[in-house]
Amino acid sequence: MTAACDVAIVGGGPAGLGAALELSRLGLRRVVVLERFGEAGGIPRHCGHPPFGMREFRRVLSGPAYARRLVHAAEEAGVEIRTDTTVTAIRPGGVLELATTGGAQTLTAGRVLLATGNRERTRAQLLAPGLRPVGVMNTGALQSLIYLEGKRPFSRPVIVGSEIVALSALLTCRRHGIRPVAMVETRDRPQTRRIDMLLARLMGVPVLTGAELLSIEGAPRVEALRLRHKSEERRLECDGIVFSGRFTPEATVARQSELALDPRTLGPEVDADGRSSDPQVFVAGNVLHPVETAGHCWAEGRRAAQAIFRDMRKTPERAAGARIVPGDGLRYVVPQRLAAGAAAVLNIRTDGAVRGRLVLSDASGRELAARSVHSYPEQPVRLSVPALESAALTGDLTLRLDRKD
Amino acid sequence: MADFSAEMDVAIIGAGVVGCAMARRFALEGARVCVLDAAPDILSGASKANSAILHTGFDAPPDSLELACMQAAYDEYMEIRAAMNLPVLETGAMVAAWSEDEEARLPDLLAQAQGNGVTDTRILSRAEVLAREPELASHVRGALLVPREHVIDPWSAPLAYATQAKALGAEFRFNAPLTAARRDGDTWQLETGAGPLMAKSVINCAGLYGDRVEEILIGTRSFEIRPRKGQFVVFDKAASQHLRTILLPVPNERTKGVVLTRTVYGNLLVGPTAEEQEARDRADVTVSELHKLIAKAVALVPALENMPVTAVYAGLRPASERKDYRVHADAAQGYYCAGGIRSTGLTAALGIARHVFALWSESHSLVWSAPDDPVVPRMPNLAEHLPRDYQIPGHDGIVCHCEMVTAREIRAALDSPLPPGDFGGLRRRTRCAMGRCQGFNCLGRIASLTEGKLRAPLLPEDVA
Repeated sequence: MTAACDVAIVGGGPAGLGAALELSRLGLRRVVVLERFGEAGGIPRHCGHPPFGMREFRRVLSGPAYARRLVHAAEEAGVEIRTDTTVTAIRPGGVLELATTGGAQTLTAGRVLLATGNRERTRAQLLAPGLRPVGVMNTGALQSLIYLEGKRPFSRPVIVGSEIVALSALLTCRRHGIRPVAMVETRDRPQTRRIDMLLARLMGVPVLTGAELLSIEGAPRVEALRLRHKSEERRLECDGIVFSGRFTPEATVARQSELALDPRTLGPEVDADGRSSDPQVFVAGNVLHPVETAGHCWAEGRRAAQAIFRDMRKTPERAAGARIVPGDGLRYVVPQRLAAGAAAVLNIRTDGAVRGRLVLSDASGRELAARSVHSYPEQPVRLSVPALESAALTGDLTLRLDRKD
Repeated sequence: MADFSAEMDVAIIGAGVVGCAMARRFALEGARVCVLDAAPDILSGASKANSAILHTGFDAPPDSLELACMQAAYDEYMEIRAAMNLPVLETGAMVAAWSEDEEARLPDLLAQAQGNGVTDTRILSRAEVLAREPELASHVRGALLVPREHVIDPWSAPLAYATQAKALGAEFRFNAPLTAARRDGDTWQLETGAGPLMAKSVINCAGLYGDRVEEILIGTRSFEIRPRKGQFVVFDKAASQHLRTILLPVPNERTKGVVLTRTVYGNLLVGPTAEEQEARDRADVTVSELHKLIAKAVALVPALENMPVTAVYAGLRPASERKDYRVHADAAQGYYCAGGIRSTGLTAALGIARHVFALWSESHSLVWSAPDDPVVPRMPNLAEHLPRDYQIPGHDGIVCHCEMVTAREIRAALDSPLPPGDFGGLRRRTRCAMGRCQGFNCLGRIASLTEGKLRAPLLPEDVA
């Protein structure tokens, strides 16, 4: 069967568009980006503040301006972007099932890049207790209301969470006359650098860490968030609650396509080239590792594009190599597999703040790579691994954290 | 504007599933009907949260009104559902036994089912259970199979009843709680939050407020509502591949217990809990019970370990101090009551409506004539196992990608004869923002599409 395109990219965010541009630059003529929304650009489209684009365009842009530039660059390079096109499944053999405004269609591609991004966990996924009034939403919904629709959903919300995206929610509020009542973190310290909490302090927003959520109150709209903080019960009067962060991959297509998933990331399992358990499907961006910056995803998209380009001259093979087993104190590692012969960088997330030494070793206990680590909770940690010989890859690799406290 | 001076034949208090079915039945018989509800939309009380099962009545109390209503309703539902485009997910149910003690009770349950006329029930051995459901935890000991227990769309069905009633001339008034009532000769003078209303007969379908409405109407209450909360967890659609049959526990005296079932929307649902409480207006989800439900589901189907949760919700069932339905009439006063419909209302509503109409007919000679054309509405399909709107060309784009809801579907709901009164009503009519992301991606767009079209707007007006 002849493929209708060389590479089909599922998702037109930074990773997908970065890959599309790179594939085009490498000389592929038939690169198609499939975007389910009416406009490509991904989450930066509704993240109306800087900084975006430093790595890609060497300048500081707002999210929407950055998204427009990514789209423009891809289109200039001859990439076809199909908007309002939802991929419902990827079948073996590079066959994509599409839902379009014209009805169901299929598209066959030589290779597929899955770049569907991620989203924040909802109050339901976090099992947040209480009533279910209108006005409880994620940062993504808040920002799409404000930046895409020009609507303000509330004027004095509580922001739950303290990852970087919570700061993004604070900035969004500040620029649009919304005065957050408090920032509430259920874990015992802010999930970013402590200094980042200065923004909250500058805005006069108290930060309550180690809080236990007791109930969401109000009907039909939110009226308060009840919580326990420092063994004292408090009722924060508010007219909205933003559940920020706790990202999870937008892995629906991966699940429906029966790609092997990593129970730690809940995204597809890949090797260092981004190859999944389907030999024709590669993966890049935040669907792999919730959550990294747009710039990181863009660069990862480019690397996946280069791997796809090399791979297209060979018979497709599924992700192989030795599996990396993360030990205590480590939440996830991406890629999940390493093959012989090429250097790689591991993306690692620790469980909370840690101090110690990260060690990758082979089945015989031999150290293959190591670094010291002193991280804040949601800090992206990288570990460079030199090209390995196949002898090192005969059994599982172990990634362990030797704590130093 | 409603004509407040017109006298209705029947005023129905409450637009839950029972009120909607009641309105349909009386409208089909030719009555002039007005339905009142305190909320901005239909299905805003007990009816908004249930397990969406069409029951056969196999485990209902023998010779009870509940059983009779369920079985009459089951047949009527199957009769009308094709024309109304209402889905049935033919799953069957298994009452699974997990202990020696439970296993020993299966023959009694079988005898009860057979006695209730559900004659296709039979007991399955452990091997037969596992052949049917290979992913069930292997310590299952056997089950009672009930082949005709099925899963339906719990919102489209009552919406269809209400829509048909409306097409036949029934009037619906929302934000209209009953505040006072007076019997004036053979006419009721009702005061509501949306103006006065005159009607010859009143039917109390007020669910969680049934006893209070009865007191407003006739000065005393013959029953007492004791709300029973049920919490539910909805798993990701990926979970539904792990179970085909509705999984019921061996029941106890008070409750049917925790059910694990697919939904027509392609999810897997576990619940409800059964928590007695005083409050009629609070259906809290609680961390401890949600964890228990998830653990329960994983214990039954181990493949659900680590399965993402899509939604959690809680509802209140209008239980009373007795297990039976509280259906009664005072024909001289023109008062009819369908109260205490604690658990099987979705199944039984069509039958309850027939029963109340029969009660009404006992003391009234029929002066109305049934409409020539019953104007059967055809509902938009929301079931995953049937073609969805997004698969049909010209839908103007998908707004909610988790549930695959199109702009065309949302516009159609907003322009329908009984448009949603609030965001919850829109969600129930279309499924928008009901999926994995709970609006992360689509809330902004939905706010724009619904602007100026909901009685209770999605965004507060003072900041919008």
